[in-house]
Amino acid sequence: MDRGDFRLRADFDLPAQGITGLFGVSGAGKTTVLRCLAGLERGAKGRIEVARDIWQDSSTRVFVPPHRREVGYVFQHTQLFRHLDVAANIDYGLRRARRPPKLTRGQVCDLLDIDRLSRRRTDQLSGGERQRVAIARAVLRSPRLLLMDEPLASLDHDSRRQILPFLNRLHAELAMPILYVSHSVDEVTHLCDHLIVMRAGAITESGEIGQLLNNPAIFDDADTGVFIEARVTGHDAINQVTRLRFDGGELILPGHPPANRGRVRVRILARDVSVSVDTPGPSSILNQISAIIGSVADNGGPHVQVELIAGSSRLIARISRLSFNKLVLSKGQAVTAQVKGVAVKPSGQYRETL
Amino acid sequence: MVDVVGANGWLAHFPGAGPLWLSVRLAGVTTLILIVFGTPLAWWLSRTRGFWRVPVEAIVAMPIVLPPTVMGFYLLILLGPAGPLGRFWVSLTGDSLSFSFSGLVIASCAYSLPFVVQPLQNAFHSVSEAGMESAATLGASPLDVFFSIVVPQSMRGYLTAAVMGFAHTLGEFGVVLMVGGNIPGETRVISIAIYDHVESLNYDKAHVLSVILLVFAFLALLLLYFVNRPRHRA
Repeated sequence: MDRGDFRLRADFDLPAQGITGLFGVSGAGKTTVLRCLAGLERGAKGRIEVARDIWQDSSTRVFVPPHRREVGYVFQHTQLFRHLDVAANIDYGLRRARRPPKLTRGQVCDLLDIDRLSRRRTDQLSGGERQRVAIARAVLRSPRLLLMDEPLASLDHDSRRQILPFLNRLHAELAMPILYVSHSVDEVTHLCDHLIVMRAGAITESGEIGQLLNNPAIFDDADTGVFIEARVTGHDAINQVTRLRFDGGELILPGHPPANRGRVRVRILARDVSVSVDTPGPSSILNQISAIIGSVADNGGPHVQVELIAGSSRLIARISRLSFNKLVLSKGQAVTAQVKGVAVKPSGQYRETL
Repeated sequence: MVDVVGANGWLAHFPGAGPLWLSVRLAGVTTLILIVFGTPLAWWLSRTRGFWRVPVEAIVAMPIVLPPTVMGFYLLILLGPAGPLGRFWVSLTGDSLSFSFSGLVIASCAYSLPFVVQPLQNAFHSVSEAGMESAATLGASPLDVFFSIVVPQSMRGYLTAAVMGFAHTLGEFGVVLMVGGNIPGETRVISIAIYDHVESLNYDKAHVLSVILLVFAFLALLLLYFVNRPRHRA
């Protein structure tokens, strides 16, 4: 795919299950990849095969037009039809679907909580409502592949937090591969199982999210962090905290436990981790984890990234060069990691705590 | 055709009913034809980036600036029994195109073309490409997209095109005089009738017909400006 001086080259396999994040900065070519998959870029050269059906193959001049590709496309700016009300917008794809949707219209509207909006005009909806209608419309077209182009990017923080649980629930109910474009680490960590990282029109990394998110090369300094699998062990109703255990220690989070008591994914940002050389005294920081210093990443800036090993888990701490020099930290040294922020992605629910 | 102005028609006793009804029929038929054939032309003009767009736009707009007598003169040559279109028509139907209602319809279509095509082109132009792409990903074929998205979103354009095309054809004078002449019931439209009445100093009858056209023109424009008035978005 060539456009002006921009060249896009992408070669990837999409898992048939789960949400795959397409991650990268603006202009990396993420949207163009989606458009090529949907057949909206006539000039694109290449081969697209979905569950053994060929949608496009330049070498044999096969090009299935967009309306026969059975993709659900959620656009960044929703593209609801302004001449139709909410109900008619939702029915637009449903009426043209080739097979009955996996979830009924009622179930989807219920899941996305848009039942009561059906008689509204589209310009009477809030940003979050518009986005939920757009998602319902795309899902009910019963696609074989759901493409979502930064569906939360144009929303404010509150609407975003409102939609994330819907997305998680929808994903749990639909056995359908989802390709989710985003430039937000927060979103991909909360939603995605797999990750494809793009930079300047090329794929630089791809794989299971737990591995990729722990790769500091992918993220900006501010987003560096780790991803830890943990288990909910208990809830203290009086102090309103939830206890999680992971291989390497215990984490305490304010708030209620996630709905399922099973495994949860926890994201700990490097900037939320500090290092102490001896066991600290009483502190307002709940989480203090004994660890051993692994490697030290020093790019010459005012901050240093220190890898901390706790059990089979690892944390990354982003500390100032001054602290690093004062504490005289070295590899193999036993320290205490203090964690002041934890974000949790339980399957099926989203919660953020500080 | 329903007999409106004949011996028993409901307009039989109204002076000038014949020319008025003829004009309304002419304008109606012309507008209908122009909407049907103007739609693909306007669509092509609104989407193409090809070389031919600009010359075709200029040709479509010609009737706006060309003197009606000049247009009428060339149409007369084209439609006359010796002209290319006229000869073909004679061989097909045995009738002449010039000085006939059919000839007037063809001449009016040429004369009112920009008044239908331009509003449609503008309306189509404002239909967003992204909305159409979104419809395509929801399973709508290009033709389906056109009728389920483009046409409903261009309704104001269609109304403007219909009103402008109708009103403009209704008031046509020069071209009709050149191509159609003044045959009662066949080509004697309202503007020609007014001209006749004034020529024979029959001002009362001229007044009646003129007032009708005046009021109609005002109401038509009132409707257009009402429909196309700027609205505050919620």
